[in-house]
Amino acid sequence: MDQKESVRDITPWDGTLSSSDFFSAACAFSEKWKRFNAFVPPWLWVPSRKHHLLSSHKEEGYLSLEGMCLIKSSEEQESCRSQTWKEESSISQEEEAVDNATLVCICDEVNHYDFHIVYSPSYRVPVLYFRSYHSDGQPLPFGEIEKDLPDHSAKIRSESKWTFITQEEHPYLNRPWYKLHPCGTSEWMKLLFHGDTALNKNGFVIEHYLVSWFSVIGQVVGLKIPLGMLETLSC
Amino acid sequence: MSGAATVSSSEAHKLVWEGSVPLLIHLHDSEVTTLPPPPPALVLAPRLGYLPLLISQLKPYFSTTLPPGVDTLWFEYRGLPLKWYIPTGVLFDLLCVEPERPWNLTVHFRGYPSNLLLPCEGEDSVKWSFINSLKEAAYVTKGNCKNVMNMSQSDQVELWRSVLNGNLESYQRVSSKLKLGTFEDEYTENISAVSTASQQNSGEADAAAQVKSGRIPVRLYVWTVTEDFDDLESAPQIDNWDKISYINRPVEIQKEDGKYFSLNDAIKSLLPEYFPGSSFDNLGDASTKQSVGDEGENTCDPDSSSLPLENAEIKLVRIQGIEPCLEIPFSWVVNNLMNPEYFLHICVCLKVSEANALQ
Repeated sequence: MDQKESVRDITPWDGTLSSSDFFSAACAFSEKWKRFNAFVPPWLWVPSRKHHLLSSHKEEGYLSLEGMCLIKSSEEQESCRSQTWKEESSISQEEEAVDNATLVCICDEVNHYDFHIVYSPSYRVPVLYFRSYHSDGQPLPFGEIEKDLPDHSAKIRSESKWTFITQEEHPYLNRPWYKLHPCGTSEWMKLLFHGDTALNKNGFVIEHYLVSWFSVIGQVVGLKIPLGMLETLSC
Repeated sequence: MSGAATVSSSEAHKLVWEGSVPLLIHLHDSEVTTLPPPPPALVLAPRLGYLPLLISQLKPYFSTTLPPGVDTLWFEYRGLPLKWYIPTGVLFDLLCVEPERPWNLTVHFRGYPSNLLLPCEGEDSVKWSFINSLKEAAYVTKGNCKNVMNMSQSDQVELWRSVLNGNLESYQRVSSKLKLGTFEDEYTENISAVSTASQQNSGEADAAAQVKSGRIPVRLYVWTVTEDFDDLESAPQIDNWDKISYINRPVEIQKEDGKYFSLNDAIKSLLPEYFPGSSFDNLGDASTKQSVGDEGENTCDPDSSSLPLENAEIKLVRIQGIEPCLEIPFSWVVNNLMNPEYFLHICVCLKVSEANALQ
């Protein structure tokens, strides 16, 4: 890599994205996710309400992954507790009876989760919003959500003063959702790309931004990125 | 514009901080257990404050008549539950198009609509929301929230108390330490809380830094109409939060030679889908600025930038209860009309074609 060429005209990247870059990054992310995640629902782009009525050269909206069900094993010991995500439509009584790998206590509720990745114009980074509810539609109190989160999530959240869960109104939907606070995101995104300003060339950063971002954020809520997707980061 | 220049900045701040909305608060029928029912409470609510903070004034009024249970305070206006984290003055400007004085609200102490409203556990929740917004504003203007995170405990307490009590002097004393600065150009009066030489120097340094960064924290509340209305009384009622488009997006100051950046420019830059011909395009990067072409931004006619495809027209703009002339320099508006958490809240009514209306 030509150092002189890479330094010229490229200001140090601050870990943030513009709104239009977010749209490109979202397209790249959802396409990769579909490619590597055959049995999981895709991330869908939801255009923001006012835009779908008007023609615009800017796409504004958010990524949505809905209808994920968290099935927990009924292990007594918390350390043995495993998390399995399943698509809502794939859960059926027969499957539960036959599938030995997923131990479901009959009295355990299946918790449903919806995830949205929404761009924050103030922080210029993506933000993860999520909500959880029982099968009857009743929202879960945070205490129960915390039990659903993987064990290392609490560790990540307590260690990093930046990564914490708050309840705020969804930017588009006028309802309370939970979100992972974005104020530290640009800092650790910079680190993930090793502060390599040369990566700004050819839109590499935009193409891989959400994959990298999700590899961290997903851990907090227990959503894993398949290894294949992560491997696309090193090229 | 000459009207604005005759009010000094310190006078403007004082007027904003003293601004209040008279409320006539009725207890919801379902929570009245005594006869005769209690009369409504008349309360003067600070514009810059928040409705849940009124509980100390309201509780004594209604406590003897409430049914047993735990208090979970919430307000509604004509059936619309009110979002408690929006400053009272903004709620009034937005929802009471024809200003009602006093503003008739209904209060509930039971049955919190937690599927619609964020939980509110009293003053602490409001304070957290305020500080969170302050951090966001700091991030927008400076690129980080270190100055807010590093506030001393006593400063944080004093800042919040000054907002709680509407104490402008105390507020300015603490907030000036944050150096969130002011957006200044040659059209605004320099603002210094204390007119000492040292303060002037740091003010100038801040001004230089501020103009460089050029991002202003703004919260825009937009509602649309499809027909002209002659007077405010005939404006349609907002009975659903889905009828309001809430846009929490910073305004990027873009300067053009020989022209100042007006309030009109700022609003249009936040609504490129309604004003696609505008020369200030806020959604992308500066490099996507469109050609100026036939823009007549110097006129007071807000319709000058409409294209055949769109015919959005700004019908009403309200900030701190004022309807400013749209050609006012935006810098003046920011410096004088923003809220204590450093956000400028703007209520806008747009007239659009049927296809482009919100809901």
